[in-house]
Amino acid sequence: MVDFINSIVVLLNFVIIPGLSYGSQLALGALGVTFVYAILRFANFAHGELMSFGAMITILFTWFFQSQNIGLGIFPTALIALPFGILATIVLGLLSDKFVFKYYRKQKSVPVVLAMVSIGVMFVINAIVRIIIGPGDKKFFDGQKFIIKARDFKEITGFNEGLALKSSQVITILITIALLTFTFWFLQKTKTGKSMRAFSDNEDLALLSGINPDRVVFITWLIVGTLACVAGTLYGLDKSYQPIIYLNLVLPIFASAIVGGIGSPFGAVVGGYVIAFSEIMVTYAYKKFFKYLLPENLEPSSLVQLLSTDYKFAVSFTILVIVLLIRPSGIFRGKVL
Amino acid sequence: MKFDKYEWTAISIMVFLFILVGFIQGWSVSLVILNMCIISAIMTMGVNISWGYAGVINFGVMGFLAMGGLAAVLVSYPPVKEAWHVGGSGLGISFILLVALVTVVYFITKLVEKKSHKYWLNGLVIFFGLIIIRYFFLNATVRIEEVDPALAGFLGGANLPIIFSWVVGGIFAGGVAFVIGKVALGLRSDYLAIVTLGISEIVVSVLKHEEWLSRGVKNVIGLKRPVPYEINLQTSDWFINMVMWFNSSKLNQIIDANQKQEILNKLIIDSSSLFVKLNYAILFFTVMIVIYYFANKAQISPWGRMMRAIRDNEVSANAMGKDIVKQHLIIFVIGAAIVGVAGAMLVTLDGLFTPSSYRPLRFTFIIWIMVIVGGSGNNLGAIFGGFVIWFAWIEVAPLTTFLINLFTSGLDPQNAIRLHLLDSVPYFRYLLMGMVLLLILRYRPKGIIPEKVRHS
Repeated sequence: MVDFINSIVVLLNFVIIPGLSYGSQLALGALGVTFVYAILRFANFAHGELMSFGAMITILFTWFFQSQNIGLGIFPTALIALPFGILATIVLGLLSDKFVFKYYRKQKSVPVVLAMVSIGVMFVINAIVRIIIGPGDKKFFDGQKFIIKARDFKEITGFNEGLALKSSQVITILITIALLTFTFWFLQKTKTGKSMRAFSDNEDLALLSGINPDRVVFITWLIVGTLACVAGTLYGLDKSYQPIIYLNLVLPIFASAIVGGIGSPFGAVVGGYVIAFSEIMVTYAYKKFFKYLLPENLEPSSLVQLLSTDYKFAVSFTILVIVLLIRPSGIFRGKVL
Repeated sequence: MKFDKYEWTAISIMVFLFILVGFIQGWSVSLVILNMCIISAIMTMGVNISWGYAGVINFGVMGFLAMGGLAAVLVSYPPVKEAWHVGGSGLGISFILLVALVTVVYFITKLVEKKSHKYWLNGLVIFFGLIIIRYFFLNATVRIEEVDPALAGFLGGANLPIIFSWVVGGIFAGGVAFVIGKVALGLRSDYLAIVTLGISEIVVSVLKHEEWLSRGVKNVIGLKRPVPYEINLQTSDWFINMVMWFNSSKLNQIIDANQKQEILNKLIIDSSSLFVKLNYAILFFTVMIVIYYFANKAQISPWGRMMRAIRDNEVSANAMGKDIVKQHLIIFVIGAAIVGVAGAMLVTLDGLFTPSSYRPLRFTFIIWIMVIVGGSGNNLGAIFGGFVIWFAWIEVAPLTTFLINLFTSGLDPQNAIRLHLLDSVPYFRYLLMGMVLLLILRYRPKGIIPEKVRHS
């Protein structure tokens, strides 16, 4: 029995908790991509850079607060800086819409052209971020790092295996739950949310029934900016902040959105967790896990790893391709909000 | 090939820019930029063929370039006999098993009728088949990677002249494109963009981590060259004579024999490196002209017109009996193959293969900016885009440094803002690329040299 619990602890420590926090980050990112896709109707390649920009502003404010000795005690200072980051990201989103995307929306350009345009925006934001903060690794986490340390857990429970719970992981999961609840409540219950769903379902019909498209677009950028900034900051808190990572993150985020069914917010969230868990589960070495479960003479000699960790990113695209082949509309048949 | 006035202007501007760089920064710099420009132009033509002719989006440029690079290694590197000896049979067995697995899956798909049975059976067969193959495969690769890890640790290549790899690179990239096209070409264009981008990422990560094949992140260095080495040139008589003949007027003015010899030596060293670069440039230029010629021929041929018809109106082309799926696949493969040729040429020029240097920003998105800026659907536009964007990509750094120094000249040299700006000079090129793309898409969506619509 103890062995069984030990093996569960191993799994929790190395697969489930990291998967939940990484999945939350992907889910928030994918939700942002989905909003742009469902309402503005294009694949926004610049979303990763939007996340990076939001995280950067948050970091700059965090540093400012740290230098002023304003802090939250055991919580990271980034939490007070986050609202400023969100504000800046929303402003950037609205600016990019006003100066770039709006023109093509009015022209009713095909989605590919808009995707191309978003690549241009991606380059510009990418350059701005690097010019302001530089390409290096930035640490901005402070406060208490662990809620439970591996050693403490061992001492308290008496198990062989430790369970480490980073506070950044808990913060990530809690904020994600709060934000997702709010977003879904907003979409389902409020009048504005309903008008957005109507707009994404049928633009002409929505216009006929008196929905103001500019307002819908404005609210969309509010939501997208918030989601992007929070997702970017949480990822930076959990791992570390480096501009290049966010470029690489775009593809798993797209994969999440498409796997879940692009255009369906619920699908995007599920897709985020599917991608995160499959990336971690396929590349995790199960040796320790089986060591506790199997009798001694059956113990595996190899690492029992399906794929080496080098292929972490490749896993998400493979899933993407498989889903597109078997069920092109994604798990939750997406199209509208 | 007849150019109109506008196209002549574009060409002469480019020539003028290279001559300008030659006089300001030296001919060596100018030739280095020119070589990369030509390779970029070939990549751009490859993308332009699938996007400009037929509207098939290809965001997998990076992956096809990497396949071309792999071809350069596999063709030119001498085989590592010991590695073949220890791991060859294991690899052979796993390859045969893989073929067997594919055959079994194929027959299951054909013969089993009920759909759910089919999925389960296929899943089981693939799962257990892969476990067995993995056993042989890992055994073999581990042994191969243990062979002299500092120098070899991979299978090596065929020890042929590297110039063959340009063709092989095209074939490799075309083969990968065929598989991708079979899988993904039915998708909507923005999905296709994401999927090709993702698959190219998979290709690169395979090259990065399968060390038995490509030496992975340990890189392959010292590839053979299709042109002479500088050190050989410097000792060969004909080259020295040539240098003397070229610079005879200059040398004759100097009377002192020692001084003359000194200057001659310096001239020989300089001109040997220049000569090598010039050779590369001539080779690349030939390839570019050949591809350009055939691409143009194809575009005005009935096939090219059919492609245009498919691009402009898929439904009516289909109604005319054109097989759209097949034609899309063909043009996707051709475009990718040309990109593969460019990939092999790139590795040939560098003389080394570094899988970790393949990044989407540099090798996919920049190429797309070249296509859009140059003018999709026009081959000369594609070449021009490749030249202009690569030229800007290189030359923007010295220009930005100059501008920053100019604008901050009032500030203290140790001023923090000034130093920070100077540190971030490399990133201004991203800013420029983004702005150029946005401006072109807004004000000249057909590109600098737009497609010529022929009415015939």
